[in-house]
Amino acid sequence: MIYDVIIIGGGISGCTIARTLSKYDLKICLLEKEADLASGTTKANSGVVHAGYAAEREYVKRNLCIKGNKMYTQAAEELNFPFKRIGSFVVALEDNQIKTLEEYRKKGTEDGVLGLEIILDQKKILHMEPSLTEEVVGVLHAPSAGIVSPYEMTFALAENAAMNGVKFFRNHKVSKISHSDYTFTVKTKQDEFEGRNVINAAGIYARKISKMVGLDYFDIMPRKGEYILFDRNVLHLNKILFPTPTKISKGILVCPTIHENTFVGPNAQNITDKKDIATTTAGLKEILEGARSLVPNIPERSAIRNFAGLRAVPDTYDFIIDNTDVYGFINVAGILSPGLTSCFAIAEKVESFLELLGEELKIKETYNPFRPKPERFHDFTMEELDQKIKDDPAWGNIICRCETVSEKEIIDSIHSPVGARTVDGVKFRCRPGMGRCQGGFCRPRVIEILSRELNIPYDEVTKRGEDTNFLVGRTKDFILKNMEQGGVED
Amino acid sequence: MIKYETDVAVIGSGAAGLAAAVEVKKAGLGVLILERDRELGGITLQCIHNGFGLKEFNEELTGPEYAQRFINEVHKLQIPYELDTMVIEIKPGTPEKQYKTLIAINKREGVINIQAKAVILAMGCRERPRGAINIPGFRPSGIYTAGQAQRFVNMEGWLPGKTYVILGSGDIGMIMARRLTWEGCKVKAVVEILPYVSGLLRNQVQCLEDYDIPLITNYTVTKIHGANRIKGVTISKVDRNFDRVIGTDKFIECDTLLLSVGLIPENELTFNAGAELSSNNGPIVDNNLETTIEGVFACGNVLQVHDLVDLVTAEAKRAGNYAIDYINNRYGNDTKKNGQIKCIAGENVNYVKPDVINKSDIAKEIIFTFRVRYPDRRVLIQFKDENGVIYKKKKIYVIPSEMIELNLNLEEIGLNKDCKRIEIEVIPRPEVLIEED
Repeated sequence: MIYDVIIIGGGISGCTIARTLSKYDLKICLLEKEADLASGTTKANSGVVHAGYAAEREYVKRNLCIKGNKMYTQAAEELNFPFKRIGSFVVALEDNQIKTLEEYRKKGTEDGVLGLEIILDQKKILHMEPSLTEEVVGVLHAPSAGIVSPYEMTFALAENAAMNGVKFFRNHKVSKISHSDYTFTVKTKQDEFEGRNVINAAGIYARKISKMVGLDYFDIMPRKGEYILFDRNVLHLNKILFPTPTKISKGILVCPTIHENTFVGPNAQNITDKKDIATTTAGLKEILEGARSLVPNIPERSAIRNFAGLRAVPDTYDFIIDNTDVYGFINVAGILSPGLTSCFAIAEKVESFLELLGEELKIKETYNPFRPKPERFHDFTMEELDQKIKDDPAWGNIICRCETVSEKEIIDSIHSPVGARTVDGVKFRCRPGMGRCQGGFCRPRVIEILSRELNIPYDEVTKRGEDTNFLVGRTKDFILKNMEQGGVED
Repeated sequence: MIKYETDVAVIGSGAAGLAAAVEVKKAGLGVLILERDRELGGITLQCIHNGFGLKEFNEELTGPEYAQRFINEVHKLQIPYELDTMVIEIKPGTPEKQYKTLIAINKREGVINIQAKAVILAMGCRERPRGAINIPGFRPSGIYTAGQAQRFVNMEGWLPGKTYVILGSGDIGMIMARRLTWEGCKVKAVVEILPYVSGLLRNQVQCLEDYDIPLITNYTVTKIHGANRIKGVTISKVDRNFDRVIGTDKFIECDTLLLSVGLIPENELTFNAGAELSSNNGPIVDNNLETTIEGVFACGNVLQVHDLVDLVTAEAKRAGNYAIDYINNRYGNDTKKNGQIKCIAGENVNYVKPDVINKSDIAKEIIFTFRVRYPDRRVLIQFKDENGVIYKKKKIYVIPSEMIELNLNLEEIGLNKDCKRIEIEVIPRPEVLIEED
């Protein structure tokens, strides 16, 4: 079988492209090297849908961001992923910073960012965001900015793409690409895939993939960003809070999540090791200090997790979205912030490249843009729940106490179109283990459900794929083996 | 929606819930136990080590044996219970409607509405996770709380790893160090940030020293290594402010990290019901173990983390009796608040239970329980009201891992009845100060 389009990379970019192209009569597959989608930059992301005033005008990412922001409304409705336009503040703590805000406002408004306003009335500012420091002298309010769960959105996109015929292959790391006669052969450990077009959305590995077809014209540097996540209900924020940026950095933000937690971060460290997602003592200290300049009452003791992600920073500092010299090979590389915001606009651009490449983009009769909203325990009234449990008793078995997740939601997450295969996969789809006890209670139960539903042995259930097993064996097996080998090592 | 009515609803069937329920039933009142797990017994079921029951039964039992004594009573007294049942909401009574409402769910019956005259909270506690102590580094698999590992090994028959570092010298951590050694695993070190062990001395001796497991105090884990499965940890010495001392880093290879860094009373339900919590994360209770919601009582580790299960049982029996008294004598007529006296944790006192004392009860004997913040020797425990010290007691040593219990009749010791607060403090004895001079 020859695919019309092979997408490499199952992050937000790859999955948005997959879903956008899935409306056409094309044979499409997506290859992801990790055990699940959204495992790279997408997973450890601020989840902010930016208004679009921030990037310099000479960058393509500016217009894609402004356009992409507007595309979220329809997408969230069709795909039923959690998204809220709560608006953002860029906070000025000194009078001379107002100039920067004013420039953002002016240029942003000219370029089509809606609703930008400067607010200088401190009382009004603190009324809109009571957690903010009293040292605030003014803010740029961008009402069109929003928050989203980047991984839940990715799963929603993938599910809808799969419903419309896109094939997803996880645990498929691309090792080689060859091409002849306008056909690419993409090799992974298990299989070979043939396709007429290849879209490289491989995140921090995009250069590596591009080089496989002989294109070596950009570099991607990993830049680490660390975050601290806080428990729900300890600090309620109305707005996304940015400091006024300097030339060097956008600064540490303090931001609510779509699930009513608060996070602080990210910092920015250029690193060399593309696997280094370790948090650091200095980094965590840096983001806490940064956050305190905006919100003095950061509830440090209510931290529930720290984590870090890697941004794919291109040497051009702008998105690399190219219909390349290798006919049919499209690069979607260097998608750093505001990549999440821009994803729908980026996908549209890819669409136009395919048209240029002579693909016939005909909308399928069977195309269904709607992905049903996953049913959630806490969305039901008690009466509805009572009926739900009668229809399916799994609704009555609470697995995660902190986030109130039932067994039914976990089963659904496993059997969804591109379903969970790992404990993290379940966690990122329906939240068991995301709460304050971080899986202390539910983890053994989630392992049990995965083992049963996927019909795999209990000890073969992993956290997130290869080498991330939870258990090393049965209790007595290990001691017996040791005895066979001449006793337990001292 | 199924509706039940009972006199007393008990949430949780661990040591606390079972003892409280038995007490209530013996007094002839109706009781219903709600348990979210698949069997009665709570966390004691995974505590298969011995050392339980020395006070309660004058015998040395394992956790499951201890629980079984109460489970047998539950069966004998025909106390009804609901397993696999999660209480998701508690609604306080109102002046018009004295009943408290519990909303619970389970697979068999769907949503259950329970109307109870009184509620006893016995939900226990949970372990602090990694995030709560913010250890930097990777987020690989192979990191468990000690209690999770205990469940895997003792109840499910699975080994989480082969070579271990245990962070924190809480009791479960030390007990698991021994347990895993018995399973042929290697426990390379128990690392404790404080200068002393957090758990009981007997566990330090019987679980670590007897097995030559190194205890490294004044150290903590400062980095987690391994992108997939954990490959090791860096430990570093800390100064008095718990800041890392440069140049003291040591790498320890391991495939598993267990955390035994403290227990927190589990009070989401309590808090959402509108009860006030105190600094130990347990509900604020008066001397009748009644929370700030009338007719809702708390006992066991949901109120304060105890050292021994026997002490949990004793507290739960008291809670049962207070609930009985509430139903028999106070229910429906608001005779309760003649004013209250606040109990304040003073110098070297972490928290005190009860948090408040009803003025109408000061002629009664009151059981105070509290913990110190740091170890000390030759101390004086003092109770002060607004006019000065009203009670003193000498103690040879105090340590945070041992709860202090004192039974006092405040009227007899001369409490000023108009006072609004008493303060409890643990201070060095003056003569000790002189000696040292």
